[in-house]
Amino acid sequence: MAKPSLSVEIAGIKMKNPVAAASGTFGFGLEYAPFVDLNRLGAVFVKGITRYPQPGNPPPRLVETPAGVLNAIGLQNPGVEKFVQEILPALRPYDLPVIVNIAGTTVDDYAFVAASLDGLPGVAGLEINISCPNVRHGGMAFGVDPASAALVVGAVREVTGLPLIVKLTPNVTDIVAVAGAVMEAGADALSMINTLLGMSIDVRRRRPALANITGGLSGPAIRPVAVRAVWEVYRALKVPIVGMGGIATAQDALEFIMAGATAVAVGTANLFNPRATVEVIEGLERFLVEEGIGDIRELIGVAHGERGAR
Amino acid sequence: MQQHETPVLQNKKVGLDVYRMELFAPDVAAQARPGQFLHVSVHTKGRGSDCYDPLLRRPLSVHGVDVKRGAVALLYRVVGRGTALLARVKEGELLDVLGPLGRGFSLPPAGSRVVLVAGGMGVAPLYFLAEELLRFGHEVHFLAGARRLEELYLLGDLLALEEKRPSFKPSFATDDGSYGFCGPVTGLLEVLLAAVKVDRAYACGPRQMLREAAGVLARFGVPGEVSLEERMGCGVGACLSCACRVREAGGFSYRRVCADGPVFAAESVDWEDR
Ligand SMILES: Cc1cc2nc3c(=O)[nH]c(=O)nc-3n(C[C@H](O)[C@H](O)[C@H](O)COP(=O)(O)OP(=O)(O)OC[C@H]3O[C@@H](n4cnc5c(N)ncnc54)[C@H](O)[C@@H]3O)c2cc1C
Ligand SMILES: Cc1cc2nc3c(=O)[nH]c(=O)nc-3n(C[C@H](O)[C@H](O)[C@H](O)COP(=O)(O)O)c2cc1C
Ligand code: FES
Repeated sequence: MAKPSLSVEIAGIKMKNPVAAASGTFGFGLEYAPFVDLNRLGAVFVKGITRYPQPGNPPPRLVETPAGVLNAIGLQNPGVEKFVQEILPALRPYDLPVIVNIAGTTVDDYAFVAASLDGLPGVAGLEINISCPNVRHGGMAFGVDPASAALVVGAVREVTGLPLIVKLTPNVTDIVAVAGAVMEAGADALSMINTLLGMSIDVRRRRPALANITGGLSGPAIRPVAVRAVWEVYRALKVPIVGMGGIATAQDALEFIMAGATAVAVGTANLFNPRATVEVIEGLERFLVEEGIGDIRELIGVAHGERGAR
Repeated sequence: MQQHETPVLQNKKVGLDVYRMELFAPDVAAQARPGQFLHVSVHTKGRGSDCYDPLLRRPLSVHGVDVKRGAVALLYRVVGRGTALLARVKEGELLDVLGPLGRGFSLPPAGSRVVLVAGGMGVAPLYFLAEELLRFGHEVHFLAGARRLEELYLLGDLLALEEKRPSFKPSFATDDGSYGFCGPVTGLLEVLLAAVKVDRAYACGPRQMLREAAGVLARFGVPGEVSLEERMGCGVGACLSCACRVREAGGFSYRRVCADGPVFAAESVDWEDR
């Protein structure tokens, strides 16, 4: 049998396989170059970028939880200007779609960052982060309300022709409502999920474990919540989705693809296994060979098919 | 900086809750500098390498290297679930480690007189540093402090080194006076600095001790370096979890303990960051 095809296209971005690195867990990609051949990845979502440099939250910013972590980084980043001048050029030599995660406290901020990145060589697309739980203003506040979410996406759509992937928060009652609103406002695809709002207390110190008090939960612990979110949105809207939340193996990635994701992103798994992305890619290829499937796209959303099909 | 699957050569209890582990990792042994660390998976290959609880790797300082045997030593105290799992690892099992990671201590100009200040497990990286400094011919004053005698982890090794190397001068402090100077190791540092002129200082230990040491060094005008600890995710500079705040021209900024540190100039650390 010929080598199975792993390539997919999402929001017009061509990926040589459906596996990306998730924003914030892979730095700007370069940090992982000693561990994985970046050219093998389907895409990289770089750390959230804002209009102005952000110092981030005070420490401690991370606490381990059962099969997961709570983080409250607070979108620490050098700002869009420095990103464009110093980081983007270093990424250009790689054969790797770079999708820039953008965040802000006002609608104007999002539009400013998007406009600054429009038309730059080396930027394959934007991921609009309206789902960060760790900043006091903006972030998730936009993502929990369909109307505000649409406002941000509409404003960004006006200033850029880049592919737009909107990143949704699971911290809502009806994720389909937000998904529908942002697609209507001009999104090309969705990514889900961002972290779940959580908290942990250090009983020796009798204080919240994170300086920020609350943080975002990620890792294998949240995978079922994420698969459910992808399933619901795909079922209702049949839109292109980048699925993420606790993916550490090819099996995990397949759950998302079968629930309806066109591509997937590996996040927290990079922290404990720097080779996680490449291992997921290799595992997907093995699965296709074993199951006699020629093209990974045949599996997108198959779990929605008739019951007992296999 | 790389990922290695390393056979465990030895994992031996050497004191109260303290273990010395030796890994066969020739590349790491050849590259590691004092102050650098390894990010160690606590699940051995086969027995639990797909285990998600505990999820993260554990940062442990390089305690020593034997380049000829390709061996790297770690010295760790069991304080929670991760280190308890490590303590159970048997000779011959495989452990996945990243490293050597981080920026280690900078070495002084030839012929320096230096002081090393270790609190508790802070002896782990400072012992490696002492060996390196002695190799380059520096005069090394080593101050080791602990709550009580039983927690002066490398007492025997430090005394043995003193026998062998005339330019190595260890002293000890315990909070309860069960051995050496009665009081904090920073008290011992003050006594030393009042008596002899020291060119440079290096410190590792609990945060409060480092803070006091930095204060003493500033008062005596001795430049120093401290090795900080912070909760880590990736260990390689990507996730920004391990922030510590440092002073710089015009204010403060957060630095990554894993990649910009763990060693920082003592006077640059903002101890009020939490
Ligand atoms: C650069 C560096 C070098 C270190 N070198 C040594 C060494 O040589 N010997 C030694 O005994 N210890 C060392 N430590 C501390 C060691 O990493 C912790 O004791 C260990 O992670 C505790 O894990 P646990 O699962 O047993 O404890 P738990 O408390 O159950 O751990 C829970 C979580 O908190 C983290 N954590 C707990 N305590 C610390 C700490 N002090 N610093 C950073 N993270 C912590 C753990 O990594 C884990 O993610 C070092 C820490 C750093 C940052
Ligand atoms: C340390 C850390 C930092 C993150 N930073 C960002 C970020 O800057 N922007 C963003 O949209 N998501 C960020 N995320 C969320 C991840 O991209 C991902 O959506 C989430 O963690 C779920 O996937 P996972 O379980 O595979 O990690 C971050 C997650 C972690 C753990
Ligand atoms: S632990 Fe990830 S940046 Fe330091």
